[in-house]
Amino acid sequence: MAKRESTFINMVLTLMLVTVVASLTLATVYNLTKEPIARAREEARQAAIRMVVPDFDELITRKVMPAEGRDSLEFNFAIKDGDLAGVAVSTYTDKGFSGRITAMVGFHPDGRIVDVVHLQHKETPGLGDKIEKSKSDWSDQFQGMDPATAVIRVTKDGGQVDAITAATITARAYCDGIQRAYDAFRKHVLSEGGIEL
Amino acid sequence: MSQIKNFTRGFIKENPVFVLLLGLCPALGVTTSAFNGLGMGLATTFVLLSSNIVVSVIKDLIPNKVRIPSFIVIIASFVTIVQLVMEAFLPELFDALGLFIPLIVVNCLVLGRAEAFASKKNTLSSIADGLGMGLGFAFALTLLGAVRELLGQGAVFGLSLIQADGMLVFVLPPGAFIGLGYLIALTNILKKSLKTE
Repeated sequence: MAKRESTFINMVLTLMLVTVVASLTLATVYNLTKEPIARAREEARQAAIRMVVPDFDELITRKVMPAEGRDSLEFNFAIKDGDLAGVAVSTYTDKGFSGRITAMVGFHPDGRIVDVVHLQHKETPGLGDKIEKSKSDWSDQFQGMDPATAVIRVTKDGGQVDAITAATITARAYCDGIQRAYDAFRKHVLSEGGIEL
Repeated sequence: MSQIKNFTRGFIKENPVFVLLLGLCPALGVTTSAFNGLGMGLATTFVLLSSNIVVSVIKDLIPNKVRIPSFIVIIASFVTIVQLVMEAFLPELFDALGLFIPLIVVNCLVLGRAEAFASKKNTLSSIADGLGMGLGFAFALTLLGAVRELLGQGAVFGLSLIQADGMLVFVLPPGAFIGLGYLIALTNILKKSLKTE
C-alpha cells in the first residue's frame, strides 16, 4: 500500500478518525474500570476507618467544614450496640513538602486519639514517606494522645511529637492535619449542640 | 536472525537509558526504589509495545504531515488505559506510581521508537523492537532503583540488607544523576569490552 498523500482532506479525515477511535476505546475502558476503581477506593477508605476506630457494627458518615481550610472533613461515626465507639475523621493538610496529605484520624468518644493512618501523600520516598505505617512506626506515637492536654506539634515547635529525621516539614504538616481533625471534632462532637446523628 | 537482533539490542548495545539517553525524566524521577523502577519500566514496556504495534499497522494510512499528532494520540490513549486498569486492579502499585504514569505520554522513548522504528518497519520487527526497548528500559530503571535504594536506605526491593541509615543523597534527586552517571560509565566499559572481543 502506498503512503497516503498529505492533502488537506486526508489529514483532516485521518486526525478525526484517530481521535474518534481513541475516544471510543477510552470510553469503553473507563466504563469497564469505573466500578473496580470505585470499589478499590471504598475498600481503602473502609480499611483505614477500621484501623483507627474500635470495633463497630454501624457507620454513619457526615461532612463538616473545618474552622480553617477550604475543603470539608468527613466524619465517620462508628456505632457499636447503639453507642458511639469512636469517630474516624478523614482530614487533610496542604502544608506537606509536595502537595496535599490526606489522613484518617480515629478518636475515642472522649477525644483521645486511637490511631492515625495516611490515605494519600506525595512526600519524598525514603524520607517523608515514613508517615506510612508500612514504612515506619513513626505515626504510632499518636496512639492514645489526648490533644486536649498534649500539644500536637513537633518538639522543635514546642510540641510533643518527635519529628521525622530529615523530613520535619512532613511531620509538621501531619500534625497540622491531625490538629484540624481535632478542632472540628471538639466543635462538632465534644461540645454541646454537635452533630445530630 | 534480525528479529532476535531487534529484540536484544535494547538491553546493552542501544539501551534506551544508558546509551540512547532517552526517557530520562521517569528514569531519574521514579527510581527511588527498585520496585518503583520495575513498575514504571513494565508500564512503559506495555505502552511502547502497544503503540509500536498500532503505529506499524496503520503507518501507510497516516499522511506524513500529521503523523506526529496521530502518534501522540495513540500513545496517550494507551497511557490512559494503563492508568485506569492499574488503578482498578493494582491499587497498591498505583499508589506508588500513579503520579508518574501520565509522564509516559511525554516519554520521548515511546514517541522516538514510533517515529524512528515502527513507522518504517513491519509489525513483527516493531513488536521485537518494542519488547526489547521496553524491557531494556525496565532493566535500566530497576538497576538504577536498586542502586539508589541500596545506597540510600540499605535495602533492595524493600528487603533490608544493611542495617544503617544510608546515604540520604541517593534517595533525593541528585542521587539519581550521580547513580545514572556511574551506570552509564559502566555501560561504556562493558560496550568497549564487547567490541574488542
